[in-house]
Parts: sequence; C-alpha cells; structure tokens
Amino acid sequence: MYDTAKIVAGIIIFLCLITFPIWYNVTGGKAEYVPDLKIVTQEKQCVESKGYMRNNHMQLLNEWRNTVVREGNRVYVASDGRKYDMSLSRTCLKCHVNKADFCDKCHNYVEVAPTCFNCHVVPEEKKS
Amino acid sequence: MKTDRRGFLKIGGLGILGFAARPLVDVLLRGDLVEASPAPDTLAGKRWAMAVNVSKCKEGCRDCIVACHSVHNVPDLGNPKDEVKWIWTESYKKIFPEQEQEFDARGGKPVVVLCNHCDNPPCVRVCPTKATFKRSDGIVMMDYHRCIGCRFCMAACPYGSRSLNWRDPRPFIKKINPEFPTRTRGVVEKCDFCVERLAKGLIPACVEACKEKALVFGNLKESGAEIREILRANHTIRRRPWLGTGPQIYYIV
Repeated sequence: MYDTAKIVAGIIIFLCLITFPIWYNVTGGKAEYVPDLKIVTQEKQCVESKGYMRNNHMQLLNEWRNTVVREGNRVYVASDGRKYDMSLSRTCLKCHVNKADFCDKCHNYVEVAPTCFNCHVVPEEKKS
Repeated sequence: MKTDRRGFLKIGGLGILGFAARPLVDVLLRGDLVEASPAPDTLAGKRWAMAVNVSKCKEGCRDCIVACHSVHNVPDLGNPKDEVKWIWTESYKKIFPEQEQEFDARGGKPVVVLCNHCDNPPCVRVCPTKATFKRSDGIVMMDYHRCIGCRFCMAACPYGSRSLNWRDPRPFIKKINPEFPTRTRGVVEKCDFCVERLAKGLIPACVEACKEKALVFGNLKESGAEIREILRANHTIRRRPWLGTGPQIYYIV
C-alpha cells in the first residue's frame, strides 16, 4: 500500500473530528446533564405513580382528551381508586403551577414541542 | 432425568393449558385495570334544545353575546371578514327567508342566532377528520384537537354558525377566561351549547345572562321541562327547516 502513514494519519484525524461532539460533551460534563425538574406541589402523589407519569403522561393526556371531548366523561379513576377531574388546566396545572420549570424544561431538553398550550391556558396568565 | 414419550406429551399438554389460562386470568383481574368511569350525570336520555322568544328580546341588548364570548374566549378581531362568533344577531328577514312580508314591522329586527345543534347536522357529515361530531345528547360539538381548518363545515352549514380563526386569536381576547381554552390559528369554532357548563350542572352562559328570560334552554326528552311546555303552548318556527337539518333552536316570533 502506498502512503500508509499518510492514510492512517488521515483516518485518525478524520475519526477525531467526527467524534469530536461526543468527546467534547463527555469531557465537558454535559453528557450527564439531566434537567432538574422542580416539583412544587402540595400533593404527595400524582394521579398515577411517578414512573408511570414520567413514561406515559402523553398517552394519559391523550386518553383524557379523547374521553372528555368525545365521550363527555370527565372523571378519571386512578389505579388506586382515587377520582380526578380530567383537565389539563384544572388538575395538572393546579399542582404543577411552574410550567416553565417543569413541563418546558424537560420538553426543551428532549426537543419536543407539544402544542397543548397554544390553546390551553396556563394559570400564570390568570394574573395578567 | 429420564422422560418417556408419554411423560413428555403430558408436560407439553399442561404447558399449553397454562398459555390458555393466561387470558382467563387477565379477564378475571380486569377490575384492577385503569378505566375512566362515566361522569355521574350521563348523556343518555337527553336532547338539549333552546327556545328564543323574539318578542321578549330587547333591542340593542347584547348581554347573551357578551356573556358567551367572554366565557369561551371568543376573540374580537374588529373586522367582519375575520369575525369569530358563537352567538350573534341577524335581521329577521335574513334568518327567516320566504317568511317575511313587506309590512311586517319585525322585518329588520335583529334576532339572536347561534348554532342550531341540528338533528341531522350537515357539518358533521362533511368533516373529513370527524372533528365535528354529534353527541348522544344532541349537542353538535367540535374536537378542536382534530380540526385541520379545511372549512368544509363552514360551507355545509346553512346557518353560518361557524367561524374560522384566520389569525392567532389570543391577542384579540380582552380578558382570557382561564377555565376555558382559547383556539389557535386555522381552527374552526362554534357554539357548543356550553358542554363544559352542562357537565357541572349549569345552564348555558347566554341563557343565564338573559335578564328578559327570552332564552329558554332544556331537555326535550324530559316531559315536565319548561322548554317542552313552551313548545307545546306556542307556535314556534325554526330556521330553514325545509333543508332537512332538523334545527333545535325554536323561535317564538
């Protein structure tokens, strides 16, 4: 093979450059960044368990939306038997009053843009 | 361990039975599954309708319109082309075509109009996403989440009860009611007979706001209801009944 040294050196430089974002984030400590969500509720327990909510809140909210709008049922019976009014503004945001520090922080981190609040009113707006 | 042919088949058979038992167990344990329960007040056995007593309606009064539009965050865009309306007034001549006559003093009188919550709603039939649908209690309702803003429903509705949000309505809402969502650009909206208030046991905001008691709301399937009495005792007309839509707003003129 001709020019082995140049080729190998080139490959090494290429690999360094292409993996640069990974190295940069690992050494800079940014890879371990996890959004620090503030929970400022008086309630001790969300409608379902923390793990379930973390993984499935979007499905739960979709289910709530469909049940309320299309079937007219507004009462959610949680797995432990407690009942809730199925409402984003009145139930979810009553406890999670800090949308910017709770919803948005994580949604921004994972780069999703749910359109809920294009229409649903965030309680902060109550004051203005 | 030594297994003969007979023993192997026995174990295999039992194993298969085990798989068969799984769905049975699931069904028996169903009570623990998370399910939404129907609200205490169910929709069955209801048919909401409204009667409008035009003679009681005071000219120039806008109480019902103001009440409805503030409760439902209806924007005031200040321009008839972009106008969003749930309840508004139209001249007698315009809403009862072919029933006017030259010397009728009521000809130019404004009459309250809103969605007719038809028995056979053309808007529901044309909606390609089923965003508009009819509930079992007769309310023609919109699921704003599903609306794609195609405006087929606006073309289909013979009463002009539907409005499209050509622009983001939020900046045009004077005071946002946090209890009710606003809409977004590209979504059609209309009167929903205050489903959110009915769920709480309240009557529609327009009926509550009318001091003259010109608007009467009730359940047609309830034999003793005030609305039934009114429809029994008075001659009422409906908007364009010949179109076969079965409008459920009854006018006493």
